[in-house]
Amino acid sequence: MTRLVVLILLAMLLPVQANADEANVEGFDSLQEEQRYRDLTAELRCPKCQNQNIADSNAPIAKDMRDRVYQMMQDGASNNEIVGDLVDRFGEFVRYKPEVDRRTILLWATPAIAVGVGLLAVAGIIIRSRRRNDQTPSLTAEEQARVNRLLADKDRE
Amino acid sequence: MKRVFLFVPLILVVVLGIVLFAGIGKDPTRLESALIGKTVPTFALDDLEKPGTKLDAGVFQGQVSLLNVWGTWCPACRDEHDDLLWLAQEQGVRIIGLNYKDNREEALVWLERLGNPYELTIYDPKGTLGFDLGVYGAPETYVIDTDGVVRYRHVGVVNEKVWKEDLEPVVNQYREDAS
Repeated sequence: MTRLVVLILLAMLLPVQANADEANVEGFDSLQEEQRYRDLTAELRCPKCQNQNIADSNAPIAKDMRDRVYQMMQDGASNNEIVGDLVDRFGEFVRYKPEVDRRTILLWATPAIAVGVGLLAVAGIIIRSRRRNDQTPSLTAEEQARVNRLLADKDRE
Repeated sequence: MKRVFLFVPLILVVVLGIVLFAGIGKDPTRLESALIGKTVPTFALDDLEKPGTKLDAGVFQGQVSLLNVWGTWCPACRDEHDDLLWLAQEQGVRIIGLNYKDNREEALVWLERLGNPYELTIYDPKGTLGFDLGVYGAPETYVIDTDGVVRYRHVGVVNEKVWKEDLEPVVNQYREDAS
């Protein structure tokens, strides 16, 4: 009997558990929307606690920004509109992925530049070592003859 | 030719040193407002002292003003309060208050008890104007020119040093421009 009761109690817990897994605190229509919200709040930076995104931060301003993101999503705004709205107020600073423009081009191009410089260096080293190999043999004809003689001597012994 | 390459590490270290040295003493939490050069966002909010009386961006027209964001919940606002009184009373600076995410009773008690440096105080309990201004931490102080355009933002406490070094030059510049 007690076992039955326990089983029933456990069974009652099951759906609650399942719901908790799908819980979306803010209340989104679909999982895609919720994912979009998570992505957006993860790539927006909190101006108050500067090394956190607004999804992570507990600062009141991060909460306000999350609310704004949510509200604009409910109003059917696109990702660009939402990010633009916040950049207009808090500056380019709030974007972890700044727009490519004249000020940020160096930032974006640095990885490519670093790889390019590395490739050039490697190419330089290879070309130089090739050229060295192609150059006149390291021994002069005389030296080579002597080497041959010495080796031949050795063979005889 | 080879010798030249020996200097590469030295050059790298020197360049890195210059870059890092330039960063010393810079406050990374100091952000330039995104609103510099733009007009104060439109708003229609209550006057703190006169419930029901709406204030709008028109309050900035005609005079160079400081817009000071404060709240009774903000300890640093208490720190700068005496300096704001000094600015308003001794220096003749026009200060508009923005009571940010606060409640009216407590704010009025605060002004009663500590003195009121503000010509007007905008009551923004939900922080809507604060959000539009990009306020991320009180206290913040903006310099607004005679056309209602944001010219400068200072985040943190205002004191005599901040006034002399940062705010006064901007205020004076736009006062001259206006006259």
